[in-house]
Amino acid sequence: MSDVLPTLPGLSATGDNADTQPLPVETRDEFDVEISGTVGKPFVDNPKMASRNCNVYYGDKQAIFDVNLDIGKNEIIAMIGPSGCGKSTYLRVLNRMNDTIPGCRVSGEHTLDGEDIYSPDQDPVLLRARVGMVFQKPNPFPKSIYDNVAYGPRLHGLARSRTELDEIVEKSLMRAGLFKEVKDDLQKPGTGLSGGQQQRLCIARAIAVDPEVILMDEPTSALDPIATATIEELMDELKSRYTIAIVTHSMQQAARVSQRTAYFHLGKLVEVNPTDQVFTNPEHKLTENYITGRFG
Amino acid sequence: MEIGHHISQRYNQELEDIRTRVLKMGALVESQAEEAVKALLERDGKLAKKVASSDYKINRLEVEIDEECTQVIARRQPAASDLRLVIAVVKVITDLERIGDEAEKIATYSIKLAKKPPISAMHSTLLHLSELVLSMLHDALDSFARMDTDKALEVISRGSNINREFDDLSRLLITYMMEDSHNIKRALRVIWCARSLERIGEHSRNICEYVIFLVKGKDIRHTDLQEILAEHFPDDDSD
Repeated sequence: MSDVLPTLPGLSATGDNADTQPLPVETRDEFDVEISGTVGKPFVDNPKMASRNCNVYYGDKQAIFDVNLDIGKNEIIAMIGPSGCGKSTYLRVLNRMNDTIPGCRVSGEHTLDGEDIYSPDQDPVLLRARVGMVFQKPNPFPKSIYDNVAYGPRLHGLARSRTELDEIVEKSLMRAGLFKEVKDDLQKPGTGLSGGQQQRLCIARAIAVDPEVILMDEPTSALDPIATATIEELMDELKSRYTIAIVTHSMQQAARVSQRTAYFHLGKLVEVNPTDQVFTNPEHKLTENYITGRFG
Repeated sequence: MEIGHHISQRYNQELEDIRTRVLKMGALVESQAEEAVKALLERDGKLAKKVASSDYKINRLEVEIDEECTQVIARRQPAASDLRLVIAVVKVITDLERIGDEAEKIATYSIKLAKKPPISAMHSTLLHLSELVLSMLHDALDSFARMDTDKALEVISRGSNINREFDDLSRLLITYMMEDSHNIKRALRVIWCARSLERIGEHSRNICEYVIFLVKGKDIRHTDLQEILAEHFPDDDSD
């Protein structure tokens, strides 16, 4: 599904460069705590997606080390951690977005409903229709609001008639909580909307192809608090229908929206636990340090 | 359990300042309780008056610390151990303020008791009860200052001794009242003081529970001591 593919500026800006740069040495020394495996509860029953022994390399550099994680059905899982910890890289493993980055190599087993998403039979474009993505910067196409949302369904031939396409567009905008605001302006350019509206348009575009999982890479970091609240409210509604994995730099956001929180540090998955626990009584010292603002 | 090491130095200072003030409030409350007991046992009306008129200092500190905690919550959104610290502090100072109130009550009764002849029969039991309670308060504050959960647990386990002493004293005073109805007024005042002492013991126990919450992240209120030991201090079983 090329409408949410990283042909747009958002990815390279937030992408591999950030993830491959190691943390400054003094930061490492100061908080030299051994990371041996993941603490907490990384596994769930009947996961929607699962990764085993996930290692990711950018050329010679290893960005992710032995990550084992399940993502449960209809849950919102938040991934937090300092810059360069591998959380965005891991998120992009889940819909093979890393395939598009030269020199990037992903190993391990990764499944969606038990199917290997890295098997040679798997068409990455179809995978990305099932596992959609929303980026940090709202990136609507320079097309009308209608065409932005209709792009994916057209590409995948999801509508047999104009009426059906209209329905999909309306339903998607509705679910993204944007329809009321734009219903009279569907032919106006998507780029003319406010930042928060653009991001909801991107969410509408992602859900127009009826995905099962939505990956969100810092979806509100470019938005003001009101637009952020709208998106968070929307996520809460979407979770009854979709599984959501969100990478966020805002710990308050992770605390507000997610049921489980995964903490990444220097490419390792340090802790996964229910969000209730992570923000009141985290199990790992590094998680504690990070969420209480004890390192940079 | 540490308070410092935040990236924000000012945040460190704010939390440290809150902690220091709680310790200050604890010291003030402890001295109020000690002096109230001293005034009661030594029938020192002057000291009792001083205690009764000093409670406002404790109240003022409570309000100030409460305000600081509200500010930290609003401005810093504390999480994990920082959040537990702020929550524990808000609760600890409520109990400290109540201990201050109980000390004030003891002092007020002591002013009146000092004017009447002493009830000598109950002196040693009252002395014993006060010593138990004051040491419980002292050690509760100590466990908070050091964030020492073992000590906190030990203090919690002392609660039953206080109940026993309180019951003994009640029996003594009932007998005393039955001997001569003229004694009732005095005996009631003593029993109210004993009741206040018992409450101080109970508040000290609460403070220890918050210490365990603060350090271990476990809420052990309304839980049987044996259960607490089994669940949160499994290492202690072996020795």
